[in-house]
Amino acid sequence: MERIPILKMGEFLLVTIQVDLYDRLALTLENDLINMVAKSGSKGVLIDISSVSIVDSFMGRILGNIASMSRILDAETVVVGMQPAVAITLVELGLTLSGVHTALNVEKGIDLLKSKIGDTPTDEDHDGIDD
Amino acid sequence: MQFQLQDASLREDLISNDDLRAQSDELLTAFLKAYSSGNTDLNSKEFVGIQDILSEISISRARQGFSVRETGTYVLSLKSALTQSLQEEYKNDPAKLFSEFVKVSNLVDSLSIVTFETYIKGREEVILRQTDEISEISTPVIRVWDKVLALPIIGTLDSARTQIVMESLLTEIVASESTIAILDISGVPAVDSLVAQHLIKTVSATRLMGAECIISGIRPEIAQTIVHLGIDLSGIKTKSTLASALQLAFSLTNQEVKKKSSF
Repeated sequence: MERIPILKMGEFLLVTIQVDLYDRLALTLENDLINMVAKSGSKGVLIDISSVSIVDSFMGRILGNIASMSRILDAETVVVGMQPAVAITLVELGLTLSGVHTALNVEKGIDLLKSKIGDTPTDEDHDGIDD
Repeated sequence: MQFQLQDASLREDLISNDDLRAQSDELLTAFLKAYSSGNTDLNSKEFVGIQDILSEISISRARQGFSVRETGTYVLSLKSALTQSLQEEYKNDPAKLFSEFVKVSNLVDSLSIVTFETYIKGREEVILRQTDEISEISTPVIRVWDKVLALPIIGTLDSARTQIVMESLLTEIVASESTIAILDISGVPAVDSLVAQHLIKTVSATRLMGAECIISGIRPEIAQTIVHLGIDLSGIKTKSTLASALQLAFSLTNQEVKKKSSF
């Protein structure tokens, strides 16, 4: 069965979604990722969705789920590289992914994760920009 | 017959005398041809040609800025011209004169309705084009600083415009890798719950992209309305002026603008 690879980079896990996520694949990813977080004790999860062009409410929910589950396991989730059309679609669907941190690209996402882990990882309102 | 028509509709400096003459000539020739065929059905082949000519005339007049009255009078002047010539032709036969008159009158009336319709259509096209242009011009995304974008919104925000604003802002965020977007609403005349909803949507979409959105230019009246309507903007950074929003943007991106020391 098709799986999305999860790369371990030091303290973080990196997931790059290169294909369009259909429901079963998304569920498998959620499952794999949470197991991986628990097993490796990672402090941060970075999900790159820059090549995803189609989203639906299910996919939005999965992202939210991954973030909440990771937080329970003491890992921060950052979603990076969202396309404008995808962002507009999610907002129109009423999904603002409030628990998920976001960044423009992988580089900024890693910076954000580093700063989150460095100081206060429980600061939930703080998404996107760090000072 | 032609001279009468031309005399009756000669007016304005919007159109040259020669052009007018050519227009009337074309119209009248076509009308006489169609009329002499004996067919009075407006949808017949002959009259469709006239309708086309009339549509063209009235659309071009709408664009040139003629008023409805002027365009209408131009077509209706056809009637008085034709009546006079009919009167001369059937001087000795009142019954025939009457039946021909009714026929011509009906025809010209229907033709004038066609003219009005196309005139209004022409005007609407102009208005539509201008609306498009305004909405395109009025949503510029400005790079005010490295990684800082500003988007002054001028005029009312409806859903169609929010869509344009959102799209251009998000595309620009990706292109410039900006981390801060300042939405300046000092040019928005009023904020109701719908407009606020649109603003919140834009801010959420920016946040999803991984950038921070600051709303600036909130006038006291607007702040009052927002609170009275019970709109919750607590999750959104708001500033009263563009300057203070820029200040916040600098501090968020770890930048500082200093005055040069004077000595």
